[in-house]
Amino acid sequence: MTSVLRAQGLGKRYGRRWALRECTIDIPAGHVVGLVGPNGAGKTTLLKLAAGQLEPTAGDITVLGGRPGGSPAQLAKVGFVAQDTPVYAGLTVAEHLRLGARLNPRWDDAMARERIARIGLAPAQRAGRLSGGQRAQLALTLGLAKRPELLILDEPVASLDPLARREFLQGLMEAVAEHELSVVLSSHLVSDLERVCDFLIVLVGSRVPVAAETERLLATHYRLTGPRRDPDRLPAGQHVVSARHTDRQSTYVIRTDASIHDPAWTVGQLSLEDLVLAYMEKRPAESRRVALEVQR
Amino acid sequence: MIWLTWRQLRGSATMTAALLVMLVAVLALTGSQLAADYSSGIASCTRGEECAGFYDQLFDDYQIPFMASILVVLVLPAMIGLFWGAPMITRELEAGTHLLVWNQSITRTRWLAVKLGFAGLLAVAAAGVSGIAVTWWSGPLDQSAPPGFALMDPLVFSARGIAPLGYAAFAFALGVTVGMLVRRTLPAMALTLVLFAAVQIAMPLLVRPHLIPPVTSAFELGRENTDGFGINRDGTFDIRIDAAIPGHTGAWVLSSELVDPSGRTIAASGQDGRVEGVSTTSGACAPAAGPPDGCPAEVNRLGYRQKATYQPLERFWPLQWIETGIYAAFTAGLTWFCFRWIRRRLS
Repeated sequence: MTSVLRAQGLGKRYGRRWALRECTIDIPAGHVVGLVGPNGAGKTTLLKLAAGQLEPTAGDITVLGGRPGGSPAQLAKVGFVAQDTPVYAGLTVAEHLRLGARLNPRWDDAMARERIARIGLAPAQRAGRLSGGQRAQLALTLGLAKRPELLILDEPVASLDPLARREFLQGLMEAVAEHELSVVLSSHLVSDLERVCDFLIVLVGSRVPVAAETERLLATHYRLTGPRRDPDRLPAGQHVVSARHTDRQSTYVIRTDASIHDPAWTVGQLSLEDLVLAYMEKRPAESRRVALEVQR
Repeated sequence: MIWLTWRQLRGSATMTAALLVMLVAVLALTGSQLAADYSSGIASCTRGEECAGFYDQLFDDYQIPFMASILVVLVLPAMIGLFWGAPMITRELEAGTHLLVWNQSITRTRWLAVKLGFAGLLAVAAAGVSGIAVTWWSGPLDQSAPPGFALMDPLVFSARGIAPLGYAAFAFALGVTVGMLVRRTLPAMALTLVLFAAVQIAMPLLVRPHLIPPVTSAFELGRENTDGFGINRDGTFDIRIDAAIPGHTGAWVLSSELVDPSGRTIAASGQDGRVEGVSTTSGACAPAAGPPDGCPAEVNRLGYRQKATYQPLERFWPLQWIETGIYAAFTAGLTWFCFRWIRRRLS
């Protein structure tokens, strides 16, 4: 299977702060990929790197086999809908479509017009007068009608109300089914992604602890509850994602390819949301421990 | 891409065009009247003195529009830098639309090239139209303007010929560059104005006089370069010289001094210089001798001279070309920087 996005040791630094560090991922084609992580984790940086809006400080990234943003042909293959779905406030909806038609050789005008009509946008309306949901739909239309092989969306639904959110994602999924494109979209809410994504990348504190198909993630992560036990005493194939201890009891979220035989554990399944939260709490827990050791 | 550039520039370009059309219309209406006044006045004056009086009268009549037209030509490039150049990139950055447009199937280098090229040409064309119209209108006045308002004088020079084209191109490129670096429209506009004004002031004061090494030579005193004489109570004699140079009408006089026979500077133009050895009781400079027409010759005989450093009028076009070339080079440098910056740093 070919990769839509492959990153090797990818890093981006702003001044002295690393927004993204040692990111190594390989996303196969044909997925709707969710990029999830807390605010400020580096999601936007990763997506901008993939779209060619930023140059990496370290490592390599290839998107659809090419350097992001390197050439008009590469730009034509990748659609990008930026955070807050920016559009030109002074231009009308029709003028946005004209902009798309003029600047994209593969522009699908019939599709763009059909989508605009279906959403119910008046072509003569100025984009500055549109509601947040309508603006997002317009930006999505621009992204889709250029007929990319990969569409990248940065927090497309963050500022939308629940109804607009559902309509937006529904529209996206219809287009994905129709045109067989790969999609990467980011969100800080797993619930947004859960419905549409079949591949998940977790990004925490500028690093990527896990990236895999959601089915595989769900099948390899477990919650173990049982008598208190040190993580060193877990079997070799079990990687601890998060751990919580009370005086008597330990709760681990682990990743393992093997099945779990230890009868001392109560084994529970995780929802995608629990799983992501487990990865998110892992880092702060580690750094807290480091801080305590330093104080001692 | 040209369509998008035009679409984004349409409003301000149309407004500028409307103002230019108004300017040209006003100049065309008053300019034919001015030309008629000039030719009839020239035809009716015969002697030099009469014509000088007519020139003064004509200039007085048209002084306000003359100054206003110069102001328009000088201010237009600044306005272009402020309202076309500075917001060009900052507006995209502030609205986030750069992320939209940079992700169409067009590299941002090409995007910038079209924007800079298209808007830059319009800017230069606008400055060209205003410059040509004003140069044509003030043609008769430039023939006859008094010292201080002649073609080579700093303000007038900047508003004639091809220099305004260079100013407009430079102001536009400066606005775009500052906008890229500052990333906020209002501060970028303010900084553009300050920088452009600084360059426009520094150019005539510090640079232009030395673009071609100025000519320095000594001139005999006469009607043209003598402002007046004075006899002090103690019987000493003073002479005050002018900034004009005999035989070089319209030259840009950078300095004019009275020097004594040994070459020592006694006084700058406009100041009284003590002349030793002039008889104030008899001879051409004595009050009793009537009008002091022969007095300068007397001072010349003693070896006093006017020492002047100047750029002659014939250098108008060479200086225009050199100055425009300098601004073109500035523009090219800023443009190069913009392309570098947009590839490397901006996102």
